[in-house]
Amino acid sequence: MNRSTIDLWVGIFVAIGLGALLFLALKVGNLASFSTAQTYQVHAKFSNIGGLKVRAPVKSAGVVVGRVAEIRFDNESFEAVATMTLDAGYKFPRDSSAKILTSGLLGEQYVGLEAGGNPEMLKDGDRLRLTQSAVVLENLISQFLFSKAAEGGEAKGGK
Amino acid sequence: MNAIASALARLGAAVTAGVWRLGYATRFFGYLLLHSGTAFRRFHLTMREIYFAGVLSLIIILVSGLFVGMVLALQGYETLQRYGSSEALGILVALSLVRELGPVVAGLLFASRAGSAITAEIGLMKATEQLSAMEMMAVDPVARVVAPRFWGGVISMPLLAALFSAMGIFGGYLVGVVLIGVDEGAFWSQMQAAVDVRNDILNGVIKSVVFGVAVTLIAVFEGYDAPPTAEGVSGATTRTVVTSSLAILALDFVLTALMFTGGNAK
Amino acid sequence: MPDPAVAEIQDLSFAYNRQPVLHRIRLSIPQGKVVAVMGQSGCGKTTLLRIIAAALLPSHGSARVLGQDTRVLDRDGLYALRRRLGMLFQFGALFTDMTVYENVAFQMREHTALPEDTIRDLVLMKLEAVGLRGATERMPGELSGGMARRVALARAIALDPELILYDEPFTGLDPIALGVIARLVRQLNDSLGATSIIVTHDVAETLPLVDYVYFMADGRVVAEGTPADVRRSGVAFVEQFVNGRIDGPVPFHYPAAGYAADLGLAQAA
Repeated sequence: MNRSTIDLWVGIFVAIGLGALLFLALKVGNLASFSTAQTYQVHAKFSNIGGLKVRAPVKSAGVVVGRVAEIRFDNESFEAVATMTLDAGYKFPRDSSAKILTSGLLGEQYVGLEAGGNPEMLKDGDRLRLTQSAVVLENLISQFLFSKAAEGGEAKGGK
Repeated sequence: MNAIASALARLGAAVTAGVWRLGYATRFFGYLLLHSGTAFRRFHLTMREIYFAGVLSLIIILVSGLFVGMVLALQGYETLQRYGSSEALGILVALSLVRELGPVVAGLLFASRAGSAITAEIGLMKATEQLSAMEMMAVDPVARVVAPRFWGGVISMPLLAALFSAMGIFGGYLVGVVLIGVDEGAFWSQMQAAVDVRNDILNGVIKSVVFGVAVTLIAVFEGYDAPPTAEGVSGATTRTVVTSSLAILALDFVLTALMFTGGNAK
Repeated sequence: MPDPAVAEIQDLSFAYNRQPVLHRIRLSIPQGKVVAVMGQSGCGKTTLLRIIAAALLPSHGSARVLGQDTRVLDRDGLYALRRRLGMLFQFGALFTDMTVYENVAFQMREHTALPEDTIRDLVLMKLEAVGLRGATERMPGELSGGMARRVALARAIALDPELILYDEPFTGLDPIALGVIARLVRQLNDSLGATSIIVTHDVAETLPLVDYVYFMADGRVVAEGTPADVRRSGVAFVEQFVNGRIDGPVPFHYPAAGYAADLGLAQAA
């Protein structure tokens, strides 16, 4: 087995190996998006983040505009603080609102951004004032039961 | 009574011998790392080993990857379509391969093909006194013979695992989209949305590197330490395959626990 | 001016895993001579050779080789000493994944910075000396036993060593090959101005070839002398060994209980 043949085959092997890695990274994974884009960060406080996880998408009008970078608990206001990394190409007004939504009926949770009307845009480090927390199933059920009970009570009491 | 006592004595001796051997293997690993300079300065030595360990394993890796991917798609479709989620087939195939099956199965195949060959080669060189001859000629056999084989294996393993995963995904595509008829767009787009480069692909690569080190280290050590007889070499070759396979599965558990459940801890 | 001893063994004992192998050996190998160390299989002569090659350290006593005490050498010193030695292993121990040319060129490529042209000339000269210049592109697996041994010899003398060690060089060779190797041992020793130590039990080929003989049995030196002395020797072991007698100090029967008792004939009264 002479050296030049070995060199050739090793070269081919390494080339297709790296090619496979590239294929995995680009076509299979999500490297094509958000790898080198400029980003800025904004914070938002929620009374309940539900099942929101780090790396969950941040969408506006259904399009992914960023990712959740960090989720912390604020020990003073006793609220959850979510830090989001947004693509610098997308600017949002300062009075935009953030809601925690679910994709599909039983799907993953994500942050939905709705643009406001303020002419000033959000800057790096700003905090979103308007937020709506996640819908928690237990609260929904107890609300439903409570409203049903109240209706029944009204119907009886209102007679 | 005596039988129990002697059985216990033998068990104790076996455990002590095993621990002693582990220490010896660790020292050997340290020595190997320290004397790897030659393997890199005269890189053609390592290239030759990349050929023998990597290139010659290509066929089995590619074919196995293809079949594993195809079976994943078949089995996955069966179950997913019962919940109306057949479009998630791409995600199922890709994540199974990239996170687990790629590194692990490629590692097991590598251990049985290349690992056993390396052990047999080094063991035979020891049995025919080639390693002693090298020592007599003032050439360190660990630096000249063992280190290039070690680094050849470590370099080949991640590439083989990536090729296995890529072939598997292609196989999944063939069965899922071309054969069964899952929507092509959904297959790829859902896959892209769910497979994360850092968490999934990179972790898979890290796993394959760890497995490569483990398998190749076991292979060169067993060969270097083999008794210089025919039975000795054949025993060492068997031990390489068995020990490497167990090591891969054990390390896979540890790495998976570290890498993929960290998200829940948050 | 007395010939300085190339290897000097003083009061040397060696035990392997607490099994004693060599017991208080004293040997001296003068410069320029071909010396044989003879004895039965298992008498410790190969171990002695490995101690001289500094592959093993004595448990007791000293081995001075080419002016160096092997016990005090560090790894660099050890490798420096070995570059001045050449060793021929029992069945050649050629590197099976390299051609004949590459085997002989091995030490030159590893230890010198000579350009490839010079190495080529040297390799061809060494192979010419053993008569195998035409076999450069063969692989060791394609060679006969005798040819492989000759290539190993060319490899052993690649860097013109001062001391050449032979571990059972005549094992398994046909009469022609035997004659060739024997002649080469003497020829190379004299033309290189080197010293040679041959470990062997082949009496017929060795005695005509060497200048001095040491006899070993059970890890001890039991006799020594020139080949002429040895043939006339009165020592019983030497006489049995040299003449190939089946019984003598080395008994024919392995120790066992009485023969009649074993066959159950003892009761016959």
